Amino acid sequence: MATAAIDRAQPVVIEEGLAPKILRALGRAPVHLVLILIGLFWLIPTTGLFVTSLLTASDQAQGGWWNFFAKPSTWTFENYRRMFDNEGIVDALLRTAQITIGATVLPILVAALAAYALAWIEFPGRDWLFLAVVGLLLVPIQMALIPIFSLYNRFNLFDTIPGLILFHTAFALPFAIFLLRNFFAGIPKDLMEAARIDGASEIRLFFKVVLPLGLPAIASLAIFQVLFVWNDLLIGLVLAQNNQPIAPHLASQLRQFGSNLDVLAPASFFSAVIPLIVFAAFQRYFVQGLLAGSVK
Amino acid sequence: MASVTYDRVSKIFEETTAVDELSLDIGDGEFLVLVGPSGCGKSTALRMLAGLEDISEGEIRIGDRVVNNVAPAERDVAMVFQSYALYPHMSVYDNLAFGLRNQKVPKEEIDRRVRQAAEILDLGQLIKRKPKQLSGGQRQRVALGRAIVREPAAFLMDEPLSNLDAKLRVQTRAEILKLQQRLGTTTVYVTHDQVEAMTMGDRIAVMNAGVLQQIGTPEELYTNPRNVFVAGFIGSPAMNLVPVEAATDGERDVLRQDGFAVEVPEGMISRLRERAPSTLMAGFRPEHLHLSNGEPANQQARIPAVVDVVEYLGDEQLVHLHAGEVNLVAKLDIDEGRVKPEENVHLALPLEKLHLFDRETEESVGVPTPA
Repeated sequence: MATAAIDRAQPVVIEEGLAPKILRALGRAPVHLVLILIGLFWLIPTTGLFVTSLLTASDQAQGGWWNFFAKPSTWTFENYRRMFDNEGIVDALLRTAQITIGATVLPILVAALAAYALAWIEFPGRDWLFLAVVGLLLVPIQMALIPIFSLYNRFNLFDTIPGLILFHTAFALPFAIFLLRNFFAGIPKDLMEAARIDGASEIRLFFKVVLPLGLPAIASLAIFQVLFVWNDLLIGLVLAQNNQPIAPHLASQLRQFGSNLDVLAPASFFSAVIPLIVFAAFQRYFVQGLLAGSVK
Repeated sequence: MASVTYDRVSKIFEETTAVDELSLDIGDGEFLVLVGPSGCGKSTALRMLAGLEDISEGEIRIGDRVVNNVAPAERDVAMVFQSYALYPHMSVYDNLAFGLRNQKVPKEEIDRRVRQAAEILDLGQLIKRKPKQLSGGQRQRVALGRAIVREPAAFLMDEPLSNLDAKLRVQTRAEILKLQQRLGTTTVYVTHDQVEAMTMGDRIAVMNAGVLQQIGTPEELYTNPRNVFVAGFIGSPAMNLVPVEAATDGERDVLRQDGFAVEVPEGMISRLRERAPSTLMAGFRPEHLHLSNGEPANQQARIPAVVDVVEYLGDEQLVHLHAGEVNLVAKLDIDEGRVKPEENVHLALPLEKLHLFDRETEESVGVPTPA
């Protein structure tokens, strides 16, 4: 107690001069330089795609995008305008948005409820059930494609939005339950007991206490799922034909027209930008969620 | 408000018995403290009352209602946790209102009760803050507030002061007492700190290893501990407990062991032998020892000893001594004169302050007073 009081009375402040600061910055400069270079290198394909998407078809035919990189006067948004006139692409984008929203909200809702039960409601066989769910993480999507394909044919789910949502939901659930259950289990027991004594029903406990506290984990899960579903090529390709989401739709365009870059480049860039926006918006939660449970 | 009754309540976890046939009658409006060392079953006993643990055997009643199979929410009790367990994502106001909202209390009534509780606990300025913006003491008050807005039949408090620093703890102790007296709500308070127990409880129930050792007012426990455990647990510094043999040494009656001897008035040993074995445990509190001139005196026991260390406390001195192989502590008034290490002294102990326990059963055998 006595020493603590003395410490508080005389806070130790180390004043740092200008010279050490500069030295420290210089010391870090090589690292920063390397990081910036790697970052720029990483951005080359995206930049190339963006520049290409701004060129007219004839310019595109003349050579690589790098020839036009320094000539902004040749850039035009004409391709984007034409893309929004292309019903096939706009429909595919809208469809993808529906699938993505459905295939993100549904698994998170189901997984959160399941995770709550697995973490906080005692019932016989609970831990075995959780182990089984974790075991499902090992089932590869590819293995299920053909059986699900024939199942969907029988139940008229092939080539439908609900069909794709259900498939994505089913394969998102094991990981979602795993992540959320572990996150929820980290909520202090006292808190749950306090809420129960305070008269909260299980439903209120879930919506008023567990869900708000689990928001970081839920947000990072949502980002993962949005990125995965939006960018998915395989499932959309196998389980849809005329109503494909954007990735398989663009892939099929490529086959049909050969190198119709003036259509593909803006559409590809546009479809890549949406998940980027989602990521940027929730990035704070994303980092928090990834750290969930590890730094408690 | 209601009384609380434990009727031969046991809690058995797979192999261990955490609480063993606990019976308690807690009166309406009473402040009962459950005290004991960690792992003695006091928290389990409280959690069974709250409904957070199943009751293995026996019956718990709140008022006339048996609550064994009643959900925590339906028991009409409010609990204050050691960790406070505030909802981190809610403001102070919402924390206080949460329980009432669960009970579907009308909005105006919630507002009135929350503001009243906030005023009682001096939380008015903090009502919009989140728990992480509050100090430890403020969080503790919010936790109390959450209990009092409910206006429950009983408050259950599980070591609510353990996370506060020493100064704040003393202050809050008084605040909780004032609050409880003002509201008159039956309170069961769990602590491992015997000072808290002594200062707060109307009655204290001392538990050890799942078994209730003794229940009584602080004064009863201090003056008449029923067994060795209670004697050693209640009181600070702890009671001197020395294994002794009752013997007659030539002409003197003594309680002795390895060079240590309590000289007791003539005839006492023979009367003692009539009702107890001769292997005993003698107990006497440090604050009941005095310096004596070495002459035998009526109604007093005498203990010759050598001073080891003296802790000076201003108006008194805490003296560590040895008598033969036995280490003793005495709390002496400064007015009795300062003592120095290695000094030979005689300690006097009024006979009515001497406690004797059967060493086998550890139960008190009382002290026969000379005729």
